Amino acid sequence: MFIQRFLHSTGRYVELMGRTFRKPESWRMFGKQYLKEMAQLGTDSIGIVLLISFFIGAVICIQIKLNIQSAWMPLWVSGYVTREIMLLEFSSSIMCLILSGKVGSNIASELGTMRTTQQIDALEIMGVNSASFLILPKILGLVTMIPLLVIFSTVSGVIGAYATAWVGHIITATDLTAGMQHDFVPWFFWMGAIKSLFFAFIIASVSSFFGYTVEGGSIDVGKASTNAVVSSSMLILFSDLFLTNILS
Amino acid sequence: MIELKHLYKSFEDKDVLKDINTTFDNGKTNLIIGQSGSGKTVLMKCVVGLFEPTSGEVLYDGRDFVGMKKKERTLLRREMGMIFQSAALFDSMSVLENVMFPLDMFSDDSYKERRRRAEYCLDRVNLLEAENKFPDEISGGMQKRVAIARAISMNPRYLFCDEPNSGLDPRTSLVIDELIHGITKEFGMTTIINTHDMNSVMGIGEHILYINQGVTAWEGTKNEVVGSGNQSLLDFVFASDIFRKAVISQE
Ligand SMILES: Nc1ncnc2c1ncn2[C@@H]1O[C@H](COP(=O)(O)OP(=O)(O)O)[C@@H](O)[C@H]1O
Ligand SMILES: [Mg+2]
Repeated sequence: MFIQRFLHSTGRYVELMGRTFRKPESWRMFGKQYLKEMAQLGTDSIGIVLLISFFIGAVICIQIKLNIQSAWMPLWVSGYVTREIMLLEFSSSIMCLILSGKVGSNIASELGTMRTTQQIDALEIMGVNSASFLILPKILGLVTMIPLLVIFSTVSGVIGAYATAWVGHIITATDLTAGMQHDFVPWFFWMGAIKSLFFAFIIASVSSFFGYTVEGGSIDVGKASTNAVVSSSMLILFSDLFLTNILS
Repeated sequence: MIELKHLYKSFEDKDVLKDINTTFDNGKTNLIIGQSGSGKTVLMKCVVGLFEPTSGEVLYDGRDFVGMKKKERTLLRREMGMIFQSAALFDSMSVLENVMFPLDMFSDDSYKERRRRAEYCLDRVNLLEAENKFPDEISGGMQKRVAIARAISMNPRYLFCDEPNSGLDPRTSLVIDELIHGITKEFGMTTIINTHDMNSVMGIGEHILYINQGVTAWEGTKNEVVGSGNQSLLDFVFASDIFRKAVISQE
């Protein structure tokens, strides 16, 4: 029963993506939508990304310094671990997990409301491919913006770690810098960026699917928005496992 | 002209439309009337292709819509305008942007020309002064008028209105009816209106299709309603005894 429903949804998702990835009917309108989505999904998320990353960067650094570091470990270990956790997992996977809550529910409720108030029907009657017109700019917009958010997140995490040195005096800035510079592998940054592109696609397309296919009224829009967040989070977690394996 | 031939529509467990046959002429206000739940919206959605009919034909000036390829369908749709029960304006756009939207999508005209056309349509529905407002800032009647302006911006040959008067007071309803009637005459469009409003029936019903439980129960013009002798139709149109007595005694 569950398997059957899963396969049914997957089929409908693939079909929707087939209608989404079409040449836009009007480049002028596509450009307008694309810019709008980059602002709404990307720029508007910068604040939350900076805030959360700053605190997580600081907390990781404190945890390692106070609770893990011991006499036989080198002094640079706190800075080193903070950097690697931010680069490898936090700034890509965990941040996308958080964004799936914000961006995913935003997308699903917007499209769901358009569906229940017949705005999507109105587009179809005008002869517009509503799937492509509404969903394609969202997917491309978020995929464009996500690497930028990854960079912001990493930088903010590092600043958070330094705050524990400058403000909290928990670690010396010299030790921290030594750790931050220790054995840097540029590929780790690229790995995070590449993973985030996949996650952005998952968030935007899965949430669009749940919103676009709403049937009923406002309660169903709420349900769709919850489903969007849960499903895209799960998919991010699973795909993180595979992507990390492949890219490492 | 739109022709329906042997149109059937069923959902899993329920037959909603059973053998609908009719012709909607251009330059005429064609009304589909019937109680709530009788299948008016389903019929209109079958005609415009938001639902696939279970069987039967829908011909737009002889062009078979049901069997059409997706691409041809999209092109034919650019000749259609539709006003939804809920107005269905895009709430992220201003009134002017709503009316300009179809032009922005499909017209090669310059911005100035597109804007002039949109303002002409807004002026036609007497709403030029509201062009910078957003849909949630204007009344239900105004939203319907914006929807009309948006529907006619591309000069459609076919106009569909699903209960354009629902949720409006009687006076505003008359304004909307007159507007749709006037536009139909002016542009010679094929207009189909779903309604259960008796004022519309007796006011602009040039061709009336009465649907009861999914079948055509009566067809005629507004002048033939009273003398039709069709009890179910009379019960529906003159639901209130007060009106019925007034009309019958006049006869
Ligand atoms: N998508 C659908 N699935 C199943 N039944 C439907 C669907 N849409 C409408 N119906 C049924 O079709 C009948 C006619 O509905 P409708 O055309 O909306 O009536 P109205 O004349 O008030 O517009 C109703 O009984 C309704 O339950
Ligand atoms: Mg209806």
